[in-house]
Amino acid sequence: MSASRIVGVARAVASKDLRIEWRSRVMTNQVLPFAAIVMVLFAFALDNDGILQRVAPGLVWMATLFASLVVVQRSFAVESADSAIDALRLAGVPSQGVYLGKVAALVVQLVVCEAVLAALALILYRVNVDRHGAVLLVTTCILGSLGIAALAAVYGGLSVADRGRETLLPLLLLPALAPVLIGATRATESAFGSDGARAAEGWPWVGLLAVFGAIFLFGGTLGFGPLTDE
Amino acid sequence: MAKDVGGFPRRWVCSVSLVSETSVVDVRDAVVLLGSFPALAEATLTIERGELVVVQGANGAGKTTLLRLCAGLVPLARGTARVMGHDVGSNRAAVRANVGFLGHANGLYADLTAGENLSFWSDVVGASRTEVAAAAHRMGLSERLLSTQVGRLSAGQKRRTALAVMAVRRATLWLLDEPHAGLDAPGRDEIDTLLRDAVAAGATVVVASHELERSASLATRRIEVVGGRIVESGGHS
Repeated sequence: MSASRIVGVARAVASKDLRIEWRSRVMTNQVLPFAAIVMVLFAFALDNDGILQRVAPGLVWMATLFASLVVVQRSFAVESADSAIDALRLAGVPSQGVYLGKVAALVVQLVVCEAVLAALALILYRVNVDRHGAVLLVTTCILGSLGIAALAAVYGGLSVADRGRETLLPLLLLPALAPVLIGATRATESAFGSDGARAAEGWPWVGLLAVFGAIFLFGGTLGFGPLTDE
Repeated sequence: MAKDVGGFPRRWVCSVSLVSETSVVDVRDAVVLLGSFPALAEATLTIERGELVVVQGANGAGKTTLLRLCAGLVPLARGTARVMGHDVGSNRAAVRANVGFLGHANGLYADLTAGENLSFWSDVVGASRTEVAAAAHRMGLSERLLSTQVGRLSAGQKRRTALAVMAVRRATLWLLDEPHAGLDAPGRDEIDTLLRDAVAAGATVVVASHELERSASLATRRIEVVGGRIVESGGHS
């Protein structure tokens, strides 16, 4: 299977997924309000600016993980709704292309979600981000999204045919995403300057995110086809 | 251990002699298990290129499983099955690339227009815009239909769009499970015409259907699935 064919399929799948999301407005009308509500509820529950500023990075990434469950389920629900996933399997389409396209579309959606959540953290939790912190934050969001998307696409594909996928996906996915949650939270702490952390201290965690992202992406590219074939 | 036939190992005989030049489907003593239930029990069937075969049978007899076996979507537990010259038992992926399977679902994206669905499939299979336009024309998809979201199309229009996708995918074996389901009389006639056109254009079509009268006029051959086994129920017309 040539690389250009895989890239072509990935581009087609990603643009199809993003077009479906743009048209259905699930992201803007459901996922983002859901994530925002989670952030607001955290603020109500903790109700202390000092604590909120300290735990804001963790809250942002917890809200991201919750939102990612909705985004991933939605991404694979459109494939199973009219058995399009069977048609894709039948068409001899390279599964690597399908996987990479799904990951790309998920990354775009998660980055949008994180941008909104980070903005809410600035407003609701009164965290401050300087120029160096902003660069670190953007890099963390992109690599954190890649790690989440690379793993979530595999589990989303695995659970697509299962009747209990709404409950199965969080059970499978959330524990496996713990390394990404830890790395992204630590890097975001440095970006937000929580507890006097400096932006420079966050880059090793960004490196860790990059390593996990690469491992998940590599494993997913190899395993998505065989795992989702039946 | 397979017995030898005429001094040759049985697997050699299978690969050389059982598939004729024109055989598109050659299934021998196929057993397919759904869980522990034998949905196909030693089914044997040969379909030649250019045939339009209608598969009949009661609910649960194994019609859909037979189509899914031919599409490489279910594993073969026992027996042999070759589709388009590929061994379904060992290389289901190779079978799938040449097969179009239309089950109860259409395999379309409801939020995309019919045209966008066709474009997506042309992108993933590498078909040209000319092929897309030809498929849309052949299936009677007007500009207005092509720019309508699939979720807003009628059942018949969705079926025609799904068949156009099959044509874009250049499927040479069409496997259709109850293609007339949910359609009104003109819609059913339309599907029949499309299937005859597909056969005339070189495709081989296998249709699972409950409708005896319609299938009698449509089919070049009829077969019946009874309890997972295949019996011929109508000659060539």
